[in-house]
Amino acid sequence: MAETVFAPWDDPTAEPIIRFRNVTKRFGTFVAIDDLTLDIYPQEFFALLGPSGCGKTTMMRMLAGFENPTEGSIELAGKDIAGVPANKRAVNMMFQSYALFPHLSIWDNIAFGLRRETSDKAAISARVEEMLKLTRLEKLARRKPHQISGGQRQRVALARSLAKAPKLLLLDEPLGALDAKLREATQFELMDIQEKTGTTFVIVTHDQEEAMTVASRIAVMDEGRIMQVATPDRIYEAPASVYVADFIGDVNILAGTVTATGADTYALTWKDGAAPVTAVSEATFTDGQQAHLAVRPEKVAIHTTKPEDVDNLLKGKVLDIAYLGNLSTYHVELPGGQIIKAQTANTRRLSRRSITWEDPVWVGWTKTAGVLLDT
Amino acid sequence: MSRLSPFNVVSLTLGFVFLYVPMLILVIYSFNASKLVTVWAGLSTKWYGELLSNEAFLDAAWVTLRVAVISSTIATVLGTMAAYVLVRGGRFFGRTLFSGMIYAPLVMPEVITGLSLLLLFIGIGLDRGVLTIVLAHTTFSMCFVSVVVSSRLMTFDRSLEEAALDLGASPLDSFRLVTLPIIAPAVISGWLLAFTLSLDDLVIASFTSGPSATTLPMKIWSSVRLGVSPEINALSTIMIGLVTVGVITASLSTKHAALRAKRDEQAATRAT
Amino acid sequence: MRRAALISVPYIWLLALFLIPFLVVFKISLSDIALAIPPYTPTMRDGFWNMLSQLDFENFIFLTEDDLYWKAYVSSLQIALISTVLTLMVGYPMAYAMARAPDQWRPTLLMLVILPFWTSFLIRVYAWVGILSNEGFLNQFLLWVGVIGEPLTILNTNTAVYIGIVYTYLPFMILPIYSALDRLDGSLIEAAEDLGCSRLKAFWLVTVPLSKNGIIAGCFLVFIPALGEFVIPSLLGGSSTLMIGKVLFEEFFSNRDWPVASAVAVILLLILIVPIVLFQRNEQRQAEAET
Repeated sequence: MAETVFAPWDDPTAEPIIRFRNVTKRFGTFVAIDDLTLDIYPQEFFALLGPSGCGKTTMMRMLAGFENPTEGSIELAGKDIAGVPANKRAVNMMFQSYALFPHLSIWDNIAFGLRRETSDKAAISARVEEMLKLTRLEKLARRKPHQISGGQRQRVALARSLAKAPKLLLLDEPLGALDAKLREATQFELMDIQEKTGTTFVIVTHDQEEAMTVASRIAVMDEGRIMQVATPDRIYEAPASVYVADFIGDVNILAGTVTATGADTYALTWKDGAAPVTAVSEATFTDGQQAHLAVRPEKVAIHTTKPEDVDNLLKGKVLDIAYLGNLSTYHVELPGGQIIKAQTANTRRLSRRSITWEDPVWVGWTKTAGVLLDT
Repeated sequence: MSRLSPFNVVSLTLGFVFLYVPMLILVIYSFNASKLVTVWAGLSTKWYGELLSNEAFLDAAWVTLRVAVISSTIATVLGTMAAYVLVRGGRFFGRTLFSGMIYAPLVMPEVITGLSLLLLFIGIGLDRGVLTIVLAHTTFSMCFVSVVVSSRLMTFDRSLEEAALDLGASPLDSFRLVTLPIIAPAVISGWLLAFTLSLDDLVIASFTSGPSATTLPMKIWSSVRLGVSPEINALSTIMIGLVTVGVITASLSTKHAALRAKRDEQAATRAT
Repeated sequence: MRRAALISVPYIWLLALFLIPFLVVFKISLSDIALAIPPYTPTMRDGFWNMLSQLDFENFIFLTEDDLYWKAYVSSLQIALISTVLTLMVGYPMAYAMARAPDQWRPTLLMLVILPFWTSFLIRVYAWVGILSNEGFLNQFLLWVGVIGEPLTILNTNTAVYIGIVYTYLPFMILPIYSALDRLDGSLIEAAEDLGCSRLKAFWLVTVPLSKNGIIAGCFLVFIPALGEFVIPSLLGGSSTLMIGKVLFEEFFSNRDWPVASAVAVILLLILIVPIVLFQRNEQRQAEAET
């Protein structure tokens, strides 16, 4: 039997564990969530990504039971959970501040949820030990939360929320309080634990790199609406809108009108007098339609001499160079002021780099490098 | 700003002399053998003996202690509830009136509080005694408790309560197991404040007590109106002594706890 | 349901034992004195509407006509005001010095300021009786030093009342000023001096304005309770010391004129509303400034 890819969202027979149906949430006159429909499948690592105030935290709080939708319904494993209080839901949450009980030891923090549902001391003890082992906290069990480091607190919070083996684990900016190095290590740890436990994770984050690293699918949100739901590579390579393209990573946008030049090939007139750029698109456009071409900087090549056989080629001069160590980004100004960013990997030593400020250069990309978007 | 000028040193010294010398004189002269309080006639503890054999004083002390313990305990429960309502209650009918009733007794002259309660007790025909003093003291000290507790609750991280709910605790359990242990220091200071206010109160007790119940401040009052008395000096010394020991112990233990917390945190940062 | 219970218990308690007593006072202030038990008329026994129709403002008119009450109100305001200013003069330098003291002294200094607050108010006032009397320690000391030839009469005068108020309310003045000064960024003074201010000028132009909220809070915390003070004027003041708290107490217990005592209380409260509202506003402004 062939190895199957984990992609229940493509399988029409798969049953989602969470179902948002036309959910709207208002706080007074403020619309936090606007008519949102979304399915999340078992064992997914689902990321809600967006700027602060986009409604991602509200969605999470509705799942946890701290808020109720104003309209629409939320189903968990096929049951409408509206009106079920937070303490009666098979959903656990890892808080942004970790919310560890300062007066209880690590052991008692992890046991807190278990003690609410059973008085079987041996079972509680076994489960706590299991969680301590999973998160490598065995030695710290007797300590109080203020006696351990930030990274250890994060693991306690995770162990505590996993202890009850919830159907769904919610993580609110789980790595926000950690420094960059620790964050990276912890991301892999999270994925590892998610795989081991088989729990469905929903993570809220404003950090796109974090979402890209850990998630099986990402929902990009803005102003209470979902802009796109897709796997990380689809979000990056095939953004559904200029907003998503611009929100995730760096992007060059050329706006103009399109004309079809082949079955799936279009020419975009982005400036009067300049040669149109060509692009291949899965979506169809009518002639004269407004469109945007989004091209990632790393797909734009920079040349000091005019190359041959490049689909799209534009001439300009180097305005700025951002040297990032492994990469360099060149900001190339075209005649007329438009800036195109081109990124190259610094595989050679600095001294041999041949491009510098004010140099006349050509920037080019293939017709399949960009995505043509209508909004 | 840690540069003390001579002027600063002088104002601090004089200020503390002003605050403490009167009490010091009381303490010293409580050991005076003479009945004339301003003439020193040698060291003696006879006034303490007389005080401890004075049944009227002992009775009054017992009444005061009972009133203080009962009223401050009820006040702590009611005041904590009120603080919770103020900070977490959200909107409800008559919220402004409620917060007004919490803050007004703090600034209300005691004579007015005392008079109004007395008129109420007479109006409904309640016999004045220990019960009426307890009711009166509970009413004004619950407001002090609620101010102390609500200022703690305002800085309380609500996600701790949400975490408890999320882990399956009922709202009552989450209060009992999480909120209460964390705000306990504020609740305890509220109780101590209520207890002290009750011990100390003369005016409201004078209005609301009946012939069957005389509190210690009332007893002190009736004897100091006639002038300085060595027995009262002895009593004052005992009270000052108790408070001093209590406050110093409390502040030392907080200091100790703060030091330990600091050490723990340092250990935690080293552990990373 | 649980929330309703949580709200209603303290709510009903305060309604029954704070607001209703207050309405009773108000009602009695509109009644007439009577030789009965209770010693006023009308009462509920006359029927509610009948009772209502018999209420009048006679006692308030009486208060305006009898100059004892006028004088008592004016003199209370005066005594409270003078004592507040005196407390500020004693308290500010102390708070200022505490804020400048080395860090490791501050908790101790704070405790020394708070400690008297926990000891009995009555005893602290009483301590001054032995000091200020004609044969008291102060006179003995001054005679011994030779500053005065014969004992000064301080006890039973307004001076003794000022001393008593300053003494007992000093912590209320020091604490808010200290907390305002404590938050003050020391580099502001340095900046002012750097810009050419003398130390005194820097104090007036920077420190004092920035501790304004603490000063205002401290002044109200002294002024408001001092206005209705009973123990201090009764114990330290003389027969000529008129303070409204004392008048009310005597009116009630000595004259047994409940309606007039209630009217005195209602007016005292009306006078207090102004500083209380001003105080609240200052606190609110400060809270808003902090957020």
